[in-house]
Amino acid sequence: MTAKTVSSEPPVKTGLRQALLAPVRLVMGLVDIPMRGWQKLTGLNGMAGVFLAPNMLIFTVFVLLPLVINFIYSTTSGSAIFLQNRTYVGADQYRILFDCGSYLDPSTCAADTFWAAVRNTAVFVVFQVTVMLIAALATALILNRELSNRGFWRAVFFFPVLLSPVVVGLIWKWILQREGLLNYALSPFGFEPFSWLSDRFWAFFFAVFVSVWAHMGFYALILLAGLQAIPRDLYEAAAMDSARPIRIFRRITLPLLMPNLIVVLVLALIRAVQIFDEVFVLTGGGPGTSTMYITQYIYETGFASSLRNPGLASAASILMGIVLVILTLVQLGVSNRNEKKGARH
Amino acid sequence: MTRMKSIGAAFAAVLLSSVAAHAGDVRIMWYSDGSEGEVIKDLLSRFSKANPDVNVILDEVSYDVVKEQLPVQLEAGQGPDIARVTNLKAPAQHWLDLRPYLTDAKYWEDNFGAQADWMRPDGSNAITGFMTQLTLTGGFVNKTLFEQAGVEIPGPKATWDDWAAAAKKVADSQKVFAMAIDRSGHRVSGPNISYGANYIAADGKPAPIDQGAKDFLSRFVKWNEDGTINKDVWVSAAGTTYRSAAEDFINGGLAYLYSGSWQISGFAQKIGDNFDWVMAGSPCGSVACSGMQGGAGLVAVKYTKNPKDVAKVMDYLAGADVQKEFAERSLFIPAHKGVAAGQMDFKTDNPHVQAALKAFVEAAGQTAAPAMKLPGWKWSDAYYSAIVARISQVIAGEMKLDDAYARIDEDIKAKVAGN
Repeated sequence: MTAKTVSSEPPVKTGLRQALLAPVRLVMGLVDIPMRGWQKLTGLNGMAGVFLAPNMLIFTVFVLLPLVINFIYSTTSGSAIFLQNRTYVGADQYRILFDCGSYLDPSTCAADTFWAAVRNTAVFVVFQVTVMLIAALATALILNRELSNRGFWRAVFFFPVLLSPVVVGLIWKWILQREGLLNYALSPFGFEPFSWLSDRFWAFFFAVFVSVWAHMGFYALILLAGLQAIPRDLYEAAAMDSARPIRIFRRITLPLLMPNLIVVLVLALIRAVQIFDEVFVLTGGGPGTSTMYITQYIYETGFASSLRNPGLASAASILMGIVLVILTLVQLGVSNRNEKKGARH
Repeated sequence: MTRMKSIGAAFAAVLLSSVAAHAGDVRIMWYSDGSEGEVIKDLLSRFSKANPDVNVILDEVSYDVVKEQLPVQLEAGQGPDIARVTNLKAPAQHWLDLRPYLTDAKYWEDNFGAQADWMRPDGSNAITGFMTQLTLTGGFVNKTLFEQAGVEIPGPKATWDDWAAAAKKVADSQKVFAMAIDRSGHRVSGPNISYGANYIAADGKPAPIDQGAKDFLSRFVKWNEDGTINKDVWVSAAGTTYRSAAEDFINGGLAYLYSGSWQISGFAQKIGDNFDWVMAGSPCGSVACSGMQGGAGLVAVKYTKNPKDVAKVMDYLAGADVQKEFAERSLFIPAHKGVAAGQMDFKTDNPHVQAALKAFVEAAGQTAAPAMKLPGWKWSDAYYSAIVARISQVIAGEMKLDDAYARIDEDIKAKVAGN
């Protein structure tokens, strides 16, 4: 019997791999020479600049520059697109937006539709984010349990997130219109056909409902990840102490899930302030202006109106941007505080 | 350095070739109300066979694209080479003067001259395009529903009040909606004018909304509130978005629809023999029984790279034979003077269509003078938009009617000041 020799090297086709990697190594080697030279000259900070430069270039061209142009637009009037054809009016567009008898009563404002949109957006954000948080948390808690076919149920709740907002709007419009599925389903119970989307209350209700339906899966997934990161032994210890489920939820789940909840809260807030597509397809902003939100106001004013006013739309979008920046800063602040708190513990 | 320049030049060439129109390309932005898209495709395929050097590309889009996206493209100095539009006057500075490129400008003046001013800048004699059809707003009646309800169809001099009362009786009996009017400022302007409205002030700028307009709009709001008119049409969107009520009529859920002659082709196709329908002109107000003239024009866009080829296509499409065939197959009232004066042989065996077209031609004679001026007035769309946005808010219960009138005046004033 001959003893088998065991090689410590993995059985890989080293020849082929070397051949494939050779051109990559060559390029890397060529790049390495100037990189090392540059590093010698500028130190590590300079190198960071080199690596950041492409990203900064893209950011400048596609984010910063449009922001600046948008701001310049907001100081001009007319319907022309090219800046050189527009008339400089200073802060007039902002003056129009803020020309109000009372900010709480849009009908006293020169730009009454803008303030109606602001009010609608504020109400929408409060209701939608609250419902979204509760629904996403409840869904995550259920999906975190030992359900049969748990993967299937997770997919079911996540599925609407994959749909385009326009498709979401159209699907629900077909369901809710007068000749839609909902009225058809209710007719055997003696309900007369009802125009759900022509009634102010129901139009708002379904605007909130549909947007929660469409996006809840995403937030539930974030919360589910948080739930799964909570150590099991904490629950086992609580069970040994005969703690009630509600107490376990309040004393273990909720505090440990708080960082994820804050992320979800801020993301949902930002998304809710920007609401447009699915509601626009669903209700068109009606009835009247009851589901017209700020983004639709900007779209209508800047693009859809027969005599467009891009300057006014730009001013409105700058104000909306400021609100979003504040929300983002709040998120950063809260995240930092949580991180510090976590580090102390 | 030379190498860098070569690479740069090659890169620029690739970029340019990807965005610029090739010589001989003529891109047409086209929307359809009925079957006219199929007809124009057929007509253009014949042009392409006879003119292989000109590559005509027909981009069929929805009306919303023409209304909302084309103006933005034009403001940016871009767009198609030719476009089919209904808002002809306000963007007239973007249209190309075809006069230097046409084979016979006099032919255009003779046959399309009556509407030429609708689509050129004020004070100009430019030839920028032609009307693909003339349209007139008017009422369509579901005759079967009226018969089933035992309600007599009001006569030719019936007022809006008469029609509302008759349609309401039909609606109550047949469990349908009584009336609907498209969500459009143009659509309610004929009725407004029938009650004496005049939008144009002495200086040519918009006049404040007057008693004539108020007389009809107050009725319109009341009918929306009491269920005579299907209010879904006007409250189903915010702002100036256009909504047609034609689908309700096609589905047999509406006794009376106030829309326009462009619907005929679609009705012929979609209603078929499901029910009998008739066109009943424009109901009367206290002053007139007027509809609104209008239509879609095919205009050349100033920013084209191929004006000669554009003119070649336009010359072909404006030809008398092509115009006659287009109108006969699309079931449109022709705008071509020579064609309109001749014998039309509309290609349909649907008796409702023939009768409706005849009725529209007869109703055209009743169009009031202010309604004739509006298609060529720069501020028409500003007026229409303000009416739609504000009256929708009243119907939705957000605003009182008097406040809406004040807002309409303010909106129009702001638009005039901003442009």
